[in-house]
Amino acid sequence: MSKQSVSTWFKSGSPWIWLNAGAVSISIVMVVGLLLLIAVRGLSHFWPADIMALSYQEPGGEPITLIGELVDTEVVTALRLKSTGVDLPSGQTTGERHLLKVGNRDYFGLDFRWINGSWAGEASYPEKIVAVERREWGDFFGYLLEIRQQGQTIASGDDAWAELQQRLDRSNKLIAQIKQLEKSDIGTINHGLEGLRLKDRKLELEGVVAGSVQHQQIEQERKQWNLRYADITKQLAVLNAAVNRDQMVIQISDGREVEIPLAKVVDIMRPNAMGVGQKIATYGREVWKFVSGDPREANTEGGIFPAIFGTVLMVMIMAVFVTPFGVVAAIYLKEYAKQGPIIRLIRIAVNNLAGVPSIVYGVFGLGFFVYFLGGNIDEIFFSASLPTPTFGTPGLLWASLTLALLTVPVVIVATEEGLSRIPRAIREGSLALGATKAETLWRTVLPMAAPAMMTGLILAVARAAGEVAPLMMVGVVKLAPALAIDTVAPYLHLDRQFMHLGFHIYDVGFQSPNVEAARPLVYATALLLVLIIIVLNMTAISIRNRLRENFKSTES
Amino acid sequence: MVEQPSQASVLPAPGSPVARRRRAWREFKDRAARYGVATGGMMVILAIVLIFFYLFYVVFPLFNNAEIATHAEYNTHSQNVTHVTLNEYNDIGLMLTMQGQARFFNANNGEVIVEADLPLPADSHISSFAKGASSTGVFAYGFADGRALIFKKDYKISFPNDKRKITPLIEFPAGKELVRVDPQGKALQLLSVQSSEQQTMLAGVTADNRLVLNSLVREQDFMDEDVFTIEQTSAEIVLAENLQVTLLRIDIDQRELYLADVDGFIAYYNIEDPQSPRLIQRIKAVPTGVDITSMEFLTGGISILVGRSDGQIDQWFPVRDQDNNYRLHNVRSFHDQAAAIVAIAPEHARKGFLALDEKGQIGIYHTTAHRTLLVEPLVEGGSAIIAVSPRANGLLSLTADGQAKLTLIDNEHPEVSWHSLWQEVWYESRDQPGYVWQSSSASDDFEPKFSMQPLTLGTIKAAFYAMLVAVPLAIMGAIYTAYFMSPTMRRVVKPTIEIMEALPTVVLGFLAGLWLAPLVEANLPGIFTILIMLPIMTILTAWAWTKLPSAWRKRIPDGWEAAVLVPIVIAVGMFSMMASPTLELWLFGGDMPRWLNEAGIDFDQRNSMVVGLAMGFAVIPTIFSITEDAIFGVPKHLTIGSLALGATPWQTLTRVVLLTASPGIFSAVMIGLGRAVGETMIVLMATGNTPIMDFNIFEGFRALSANIAVEMPEAAVASTHYRILFLTALVLFGATFILNTIAEIVRQRLRNKYSSL
Repeated sequence: MSKQSVSTWFKSGSPWIWLNAGAVSISIVMVVGLLLLIAVRGLSHFWPADIMALSYQEPGGEPITLIGELVDTEVVTALRLKSTGVDLPSGQTTGERHLLKVGNRDYFGLDFRWINGSWAGEASYPEKIVAVERREWGDFFGYLLEIRQQGQTIASGDDAWAELQQRLDRSNKLIAQIKQLEKSDIGTINHGLEGLRLKDRKLELEGVVAGSVQHQQIEQERKQWNLRYADITKQLAVLNAAVNRDQMVIQISDGREVEIPLAKVVDIMRPNAMGVGQKIATYGREVWKFVSGDPREANTEGGIFPAIFGTVLMVMIMAVFVTPFGVVAAIYLKEYAKQGPIIRLIRIAVNNLAGVPSIVYGVFGLGFFVYFLGGNIDEIFFSASLPTPTFGTPGLLWASLTLALLTVPVVIVATEEGLSRIPRAIREGSLALGATKAETLWRTVLPMAAPAMMTGLILAVARAAGEVAPLMMVGVVKLAPALAIDTVAPYLHLDRQFMHLGFHIYDVGFQSPNVEAARPLVYATALLLVLIIIVLNMTAISIRNRLRENFKSTES
Repeated sequence: MVEQPSQASVLPAPGSPVARRRRAWREFKDRAARYGVATGGMMVILAIVLIFFYLFYVVFPLFNNAEIATHAEYNTHSQNVTHVTLNEYNDIGLMLTMQGQARFFNANNGEVIVEADLPLPADSHISSFAKGASSTGVFAYGFADGRALIFKKDYKISFPNDKRKITPLIEFPAGKELVRVDPQGKALQLLSVQSSEQQTMLAGVTADNRLVLNSLVREQDFMDEDVFTIEQTSAEIVLAENLQVTLLRIDIDQRELYLADVDGFIAYYNIEDPQSPRLIQRIKAVPTGVDITSMEFLTGGISILVGRSDGQIDQWFPVRDQDNNYRLHNVRSFHDQAAAIVAIAPEHARKGFLALDEKGQIGIYHTTAHRTLLVEPLVEGGSAIIAVSPRANGLLSLTADGQAKLTLIDNEHPEVSWHSLWQEVWYESRDQPGYVWQSSSASDDFEPKFSMQPLTLGTIKAAFYAMLVAVPLAIMGAIYTAYFMSPTMRRVVKPTIEIMEALPTVVLGFLAGLWLAPLVEANLPGIFTILIMLPIMTILTAWAWTKLPSAWRKRIPDGWEAAVLVPIVIAVGMFSMMASPTLELWLFGGDMPRWLNEAGIDFDQRNSMVVGLAMGFAVIPTIFSITEDAIFGVPKHLTIGSLALGATPWQTLTRVVLLTASPGIFSAVMIGLGRAVGETMIVLMATGNTPIMDFNIFEGFRALSANIAVEMPEAAVASTHYRILFLTALVLFGATFILNTIAEIVRQRLRNKYSSL
């Protein structure tokens, strides 16, 4: 073997086998690499990274200090650097550059800055640097100087840090209260008033003259709502005054001292001073905030709870539609329909529908469900609120129905497969004992096929959770004003638009004004979506495998 | 034989009423289940079929021809009418006579609504009439003393008591005074007018055959809207002595002037500077023996429509040649009418027009689509004047004896034809015909360009590059996994690759657009190095492997080659990326995208290469999984037989296994192709979505699917644009359905073959 020549080696086919093996290796490296990429970038988003202070001097410029988080480092050729305005000394063909997140967008204009490696001085990590997570304008880095209450200095230097935490907790609690009032209480009032307006309009449509008993009743109720509203506005004024009590003063990297009201601050920490344990705790807290919080700043910051909620709810409603219909269709095709060329044709068609582009379903959903069905429902049941459409506009129900149509072939195929795996003996045994066909199905066949249906359903859900293209037409929005489930009757609002994880990725990654800042968040969202889908698929696969084992034992 | 019921049985005796009732109930349940399931199943199948029919139902009206229906006929008892118009709601008409009467009338019955009072001079009579573009509603009378009166129709709409009330009125944009068009005071034989807020242009041919041109610039007073001054400039063009001008038209932007004469010539003047009009071209527009019988601007004022005495209608517009000169081109012709065209009425908002011929036939046309939508008799005995309403759904015709007819037109989507969708179309203001997709624009008289070619090409381009990446990797990977890989490793590898099929494409698209595209741009030479180095390094590794001491080799059994290669692949990748800047300096002067640009190849950051890689990645699992199944399913006795006869594993693979499994591989590729054709999010996010006709790997494209996603939300319901987007969806549906059906049929045949082997 070892003495063989190259040509005989080629003749043996061995290199081609290796080449084929190479294809597998490449695929595996790509798959694993991609998952790792998403995981690493998504997970590192929450890690409280150290913040460096760096002296930096551009040729011919004054030395300046930069404070920020190191995001990226790359080696670039001189020509490419030149096109960004950086001239390297002659003879140097490549240069290193770093991307620094300097934050403080409202003071520096941009919160990211490319710096040239050769102009940067020594980096240090002073413990006193604070990283502030703000409600607006992104992160803020600097040195905490003092705490003020109504403009009066309360604490400065090291005392300021100690004083800060407890005051921040207070302001965050107040803000939570304000939010509760604004969202929930005022929302209820608005809903009530809108209901009255519709009642009014309905009376008008029915031709009831103004000043009738009904009108007076409406007027009465309206007065009550308005009273409640005035009451809440008063409470809000008090809270707002309280929340604006405290400020802090921070010195930013160019030496300016900036006053920030605590009301604008979500969180503040000193990452350089944290130990690993502390960082892990912070990490956990950040993850929780991400999963449970509301988005801020055009979705580029904050959490993604509404998107998770929207995705899950939409998929659940879809499952409600798709399961019975898919299963019934499969039972019909497998058990009742006369097996012939027509059924074979239908089966091929159903199979193929799984391969029809999802965007086509979106187009159909928009035309048929939204404009045709929705438009007619509005005319029949919601004529009072026209011309504002209720169901004649993209919404949760239509999105769920569209996806149900998209995934019904998956359920049909999986259920049929499950049904065909059930040994004949079981069916015939049941029939021989005198059971009718329906009884055989209901008592013996279906229970045995249940895991197959489950598999189909899980695969359908996994597919639906990842679809974005059709949803863009039938109900997903960038920012939904309210969740589809709330405390106002009828509790589940099928006509509302909703947020979706997949669309969130598209929207934040491609439509947001500050893509660079939002990028880690998109990775985190992508990671979450990928995790959900992989877990769902793994479950389906394991159910299917167990099912196969089971039948193997029955057959033998 | 009578059965004895056992005393101990809990069941009711057979034949007893209870048993019978129970049996009947069970039978009922059985039957109910049967029908219930059948109905349910049929309904689901119907719902699925509905998709196809609904798409078709929305698309179908695009290809309907126009229809007309007479709505009202009456006699107006008017003579000498030179022009009629019809308003937006098909209910009010305006007729203008050569006596200077301007009469608004009910278009449904001819009743006079109001007779406008025009300030006609007592000492002269009307010698000519002119109308401006129909969207402006401007008219002018020319008088025998060389003066002209400019006026404008308008409709004021109010809603007293929630009911629409239209009040017609006449306004005077240049004042009620007559304008002296010919300083020499000769009668105006022909007149043309256009008027905008600021400027009015008048051109006239006088009795002594001079062409006079006047421009009236209106200066608004700052304080009072009704006060203005007019600044008049005029110029004169002397025409050849024997030249007999028959038609005279100024375009809506007041930049061009066209003359048609008895000899069949069209003269084209530039009048941007009204003081020095310039003759650009004089061209023989009709063959000898044929006359120009009518000439009108198409809406937008770029094209002129020339009606000929033989019934043909030509569309001309100026085209810029290489030397930057404009030359008139006969862009397209319609010859569906047989008699001389006496009247042409352009639609107000679309590039369509109506034409009436001498025999009373009306034709409805659309220029961009090059489509004749209808030719039908309209009036008896020829000569009539026609008006089309601004919404192009009403047609008013008036014969010389005062007989009027209001016809309703049903012509929703004239813009679409096989020609406009799939063939090269010469659009206005373009140098040459081309394939363009540009569905909307800010301006009203925009010519929509609905060529599906760039979109289809985009889809094909995306699918092509994706398949270029996916097919070799997936099929080779599947061959190895199914045939050479050790079972232990296969149990891990197969699900790992298959799980990627479920990966949301939005994630892939996001990575392609925001991670891969910048990476590729920054390390272009590195990417190419990977492509070249990977196969070479694999072969070299394999060679080196044979040279390893056998003790080492035996540690890793056969079927684990892929695992050996994983570190090699990673190393090659990392090495290529690190070497990229060096290579770039060495080969491409330090900036490969710029180097490409200098070599004449356009480079976009989000280009087809990125899409190819990302979508190839998305398609690999599909092809891999089906191919792997097909190869793995090849009956074992075939391979064992081959090996037993002395063939090497590789020979067995290429001569036995692959041949048997080839239909399966074919169907895998088809299904993968179907997926690549319909994929939306990746192409939407990883390209710039510009509809171009180019196969360059470094440029982007716009695919059918992405186009739907981008434009559908803003298309108005039931508009032509909306229906065309449905058509693109139908095309996608059809294409993927056919691909999948072929694949499915091939696969079923294969399955039968395997079971018979």
